[in-house]
Amino acid sequence: MELYQLTAHEARDLLRRGDISATELTRAVLQRITAVEPRVKAYITLTPEVALAQAAEADKRFAEARRAGTVDQLPDLLGIPLAVKDVISTAGIRTTCASKILDDYVPPYDATAVVRLREQGAVIVGKTNTDEFAMGWSTENSAFGPSHNPWDLSRVPGGSSGGNAAALAADATIIAIGSDTGGSVRQPAAFCNLVALRPTYGRVSRFGLVAFASSLDQIGPMTKDVTDAALVYQAIAGHDPKDSTSVNRPVEDVMSELGREVKGLRVGVPKEYFGEGIDPNVARVVRQALSVLEDLGAHLEEISLPLTQHSIPVYYIIAPAEASANLARYDGVRYGYRAEASTLWEQYKRTRGQGFGPEVKRRIILGTYALSAGYYDAYYLRAQKVRTLIRREYEKAFEQVDVIAGPVTPVLPWPIGWAMENPVQAYLTDLLTISQAIAGVPAMAVPAGFWDDLPVGLQLVGRPFDEPTLFRLAYAYEQATGWGKRRPATL
Amino acid sequence: MPLSRQDVEHVAWLARLELTDEEIQRLQVELSAILEYARMLEQIDVSQVPPTATVLPMRNVMRDDEVAPSLPRDVVLANAPDQEEGYFRVPPVLETE
Repeated sequence: MELYQLTAHEARDLLRRGDISATELTRAVLQRITAVEPRVKAYITLTPEVALAQAAEADKRFAEARRAGTVDQLPDLLGIPLAVKDVISTAGIRTTCASKILDDYVPPYDATAVVRLREQGAVIVGKTNTDEFAMGWSTENSAFGPSHNPWDLSRVPGGSSGGNAAALAADATIIAIGSDTGGSVRQPAAFCNLVALRPTYGRVSRFGLVAFASSLDQIGPMTKDVTDAALVYQAIAGHDPKDSTSVNRPVEDVMSELGREVKGLRVGVPKEYFGEGIDPNVARVVRQALSVLEDLGAHLEEISLPLTQHSIPVYYIIAPAEASANLARYDGVRYGYRAEASTLWEQYKRTRGQGFGPEVKRRIILGTYALSAGYYDAYYLRAQKVRTLIRREYEKAFEQVDVIAGPVTPVLPWPIGWAMENPVQAYLTDLLTISQAIAGVPAMAVPAGFWDDLPVGLQLVGRPFDEPTLFRLAYAYEQATGWGKRRPATL
Repeated sequence: MPLSRQDVEHVAWLARLELTDEEIQRLQVELSAILEYARMLEQIDVSQVPPTATVLPMRNVMRDDEVAPSLPRDVVLANAPDQEEGYFRVPPVLETE
């Protein structure tokens, strides 16, 4: 086994025993990146100097702790290579949002999630590709070109956090953090045989996450297994005074959930998650996964979430509306790209017209339209009201069941280019990941097997702040099946 | 009802977004399709339903108004496309003829 193939918890154990050094581990991952990156294209910016300096610092901390006999008290992620989605601010490291408009932007501060991971001693190896401003499903909307799915290089790795997924599946990082506005950590995890968590809205600080749709955005872990997801979640979750939407409530110890019994858990299976628009092969694989949950002692119950389909228009009104306001800041004045113009008004229009890509423009126009005079009530306000009904639908379901389970995505990873040619149809592929964001509930993606050698993900959805139950069930399923241990043969 | 060219131009103006003729034509078609799909929401009776702007029960998070150091001026200006004497520099705001 090569060092770059390790999970974070495996590497932690070797680092603590002194069997490997953080510098060796980091070098192994950097060499792996060099070897696979020409085919996978997971990264926008690589930071080998930063990584090696942080690794040397980690090795110093290990040496000191070893002398003091306190190695077991060191943070779990000390010396662990980390990829950061390029919509999450990193002080001194270029953060582009995969947009021409922020091509040369270097943030003066770290996102809170990055601060917390840096404090643990995680080693930043680079910034990963994404759809521009996290708007998309595949990284096809990146100004830097698409990433490739390591399971089939002609296909997308999913998105928007597709660079993370491609890097993890190619063993070109050990752990990663992404952002999820309507499925952007879960869908790429499902497309690349990985684990990802969208935390409860408000659980992880959004400070330093470049805003897309503020009432929906959440930062979440993307990892090779459930234990690593728990370690990263534990590191980044918790209140932050710098984000007024971060919730001041203690974070449960999710590590202690791993290995607990799942017998008696009530798992709801929405019939809408297996109905119209779902690839029957995806449904088949996920049905099989559900039968494993049953074997583990969980009780399956068919439930109904009738507004599942309506969540698509709700999302595609609310998210673009919020985005149109959030993206008003890119005007060429304080940072980023500036187009030449003789007046300020011209500068705004040209900077934005030249700086944004097609999907971002589509959403700015759609969002501005939905908020404009005469259409606000018909679109935006109505969508916000249906949002209330979608929340109630989840509340009602969770009176009956503890967890809701189904596929992560209705489709298998598609050939690169499809979403660019069919942007409106691509919106429909968000069917199963959007309603959780609208309701603010936590949701996890776990490897569930394969169809035609392409990965399929199982989605587990929980009550607000009930990440512990999701981790418990996800871990039990993972241990019973081991799908996540498979690695793509093509690399 | 499909969006007219004027609709798209008006919204692009509101958003301060320059679009090419080709982009306007494409957006007319694509936005009409999306808005047509959104009509699905008209089937739902929302007359008695309050809107949700945020899923959080919290409102108006306040903090003490304390003076603290902010970022140094040169750091703030480091990403500026143009600057002069510690300010962001922009083209004329008012058009001069």
